Amino acid sequence: MSENTAMLEEQFRRRIAGGETIEPNDWMPDKYRSQLKRLISQHAHSEIIGMLPEGNWITRAPSLRRKLALLAKVQDEAGHGHYLYSAAETLGISREEMFDQLHAGKAKYSSIFNYPTLSWADMGMIGWLVDGAAIINQTTMAKCSYGPYSRALLRICKEENFHKKQGMEVIAMLIASGPKGKAMVQESFDRFWWPTLMMFGPHDAESPNSPDMLKWKIKLKGNDELRQRFIDMTVEQAHAWGLTIPDPHLKFNEQTRSWETGEIDWKEFQAVINGNGPCNHERMEARRNAHDNGAWVRDAARAYEAKHRRNGGTTV
Amino acid sequence: MSPLVAYLLSLADDRLILGHRLSEWCGHAPILEEDIALANIALDCIGQSALLYGIAAEAEGNVRTADQLVYFREGVEYRNLLLVEQTNGDFARTIVRQFLYDAFGILLFERLQRSTHAPLAAVAQKAYKELKYHFRHSSHWVVRLGDGTEESISRTQRAVNDLWRYTDEMFGAGFPEAELITSGTAVDPQLLRQEWRTSVEGIFAQTSLTIPDANTVMLTGGRTGRHTENLGHLLAEMQIVARSYPEIAW
Ligand SMILES: [Fe+2]
Ligand SMILES: [Fe+2]
Ligand SMILES: [Fe+2]
Repeated sequence: MSENTAMLEEQFRRRIAGGETIEPNDWMPDKYRSQLKRLISQHAHSEIIGMLPEGNWITRAPSLRRKLALLAKVQDEAGHGHYLYSAAETLGISREEMFDQLHAGKAKYSSIFNYPTLSWADMGMIGWLVDGAAIINQTTMAKCSYGPYSRALLRICKEENFHKKQGMEVIAMLIASGPKGKAMVQESFDRFWWPTLMMFGPHDAESPNSPDMLKWKIKLKGNDELRQRFIDMTVEQAHAWGLTIPDPHLKFNEQTRSWETGEIDWKEFQAVINGNGPCNHERMEARRNAHDNGAWVRDAARAYEAKHRRNGGTTV
Repeated sequence: MSPLVAYLLSLADDRLILGHRLSEWCGHAPILEEDIALANIALDCIGQSALLYGIAAEAEGNVRTADQLVYFREGVEYRNLLLVEQTNGDFARTIVRQFLYDAFGILLFERLQRSTHAPLAAVAQKAYKELKYHFRHSSHWVVRLGDGTEESISRTQRAVNDLWRYTDEMFGAGFPEAELITSGTAVDPQLLRQEWRTSVEGIFAQTSLTIPDANTVMLTGGRTGRHTENLGHLLAEMQIVARSYPEIAW
């Protein structure tokens, strides 16, 4: 490392420690840049892949009001993907490159979206649990050191809160409808509880990237701390609804005033993040198909723009 | 069923079924911007339908709710145009279907703003604003695709040739009932035909697309419940959850 770089890095570290945000044109260490590209593009991919499990139920939504709310939610997720890709682009990577990484299977996205949506109650469950978990992660990340990501997250979190509220409303109404509705909710809860806990990632001890990322404030809290916050909040809500948590080892620790769960099935987690979850194949296939089937449309739009630029005309 | 209820249902069904088709694209569009745009237009269409079902239910004397009109009517009771129930196909087919309808819808709802049935006039004001955006979106894409590459031109022309036979139905005689037109409640769709034609020709003139010749055999039937087979499958999917649990309040 040259003396100059060392000095810049020291300055950079001090700016971050002083609570300043880093902007696209500021100097930054290569590793900071590459970590952020990975982080933001993964988040963008998660929003886009995340449209699929919920998109799966738009055409079957059981009332006009629910249909409109679900469609609006999935559209929000597309919007989140859109501004996250833009935030990643400020670091010098194009959307096309990010898509290529995703379609080549080289980019990760949230493991939760590799689980299928099998009943209408899943639309409530995803809002309550998955958006709920995302809010805990993302409100923390909104205090991160990179300006464009932090600002994108502030905007996203507002909408995620609305998604969670809607999800809880779906669940509350199903439960209030009687035993059939409640059974539908419990069955869905049984499937989504553990995969949602996995969303927070491996235990901190197993999470190799963390030290650098903590120092640079592109990670602000450990996985376990955020997971615990989620568990405490969610267990209380589940009990309030009279739902059973699918964990025989769950117990309340009087000293820490906190709920302790049994161990997560990390073998399942590894299988899912390595591409072998129940829906990994379908999700990737759906994205690749959308991209490949759309190639002629993008070509046509480009050809049209080129023709009309050349003719000096404005596009319609 | 009164002519007014039948008319309101036909308007609502057009918007719902078209919106349903668009919503099938969600997550599968050729570009992210189109995922957002198509979802947005689908939201407008279904949102308009919800308002129209609301005033149809009211005109019927609140014997059925808007949701019951959507989820518990059979295919033969639906009154939408055959055009809007046609499957998505490729992006060109979806855009052409949308464009052919939007060019009609914008004329229809512009006039419905002055309907003597006040609740309909109020919905039309909102719908007209949204339709202006829909028409801009679909006509921009017709121009891009129709003046893009050889492939996009041929795909778009194929869609035009295929969907053209459903366009006459929009201007059909006999619907709505004459009394609704005389009272100023409804718009006589026959009066929109020439303006629609001019608008479509104006957009096609900017492209390599041609309008199918006048001998095209036209198909109708949606307004009397004689649909294509596509509608049954669409409704089966749309209604399955609501009908499986009639006791649940969603
Ligand atoms: Fe999300
Ligand atoms: Fe999101
Ligand atoms: Fe969300």
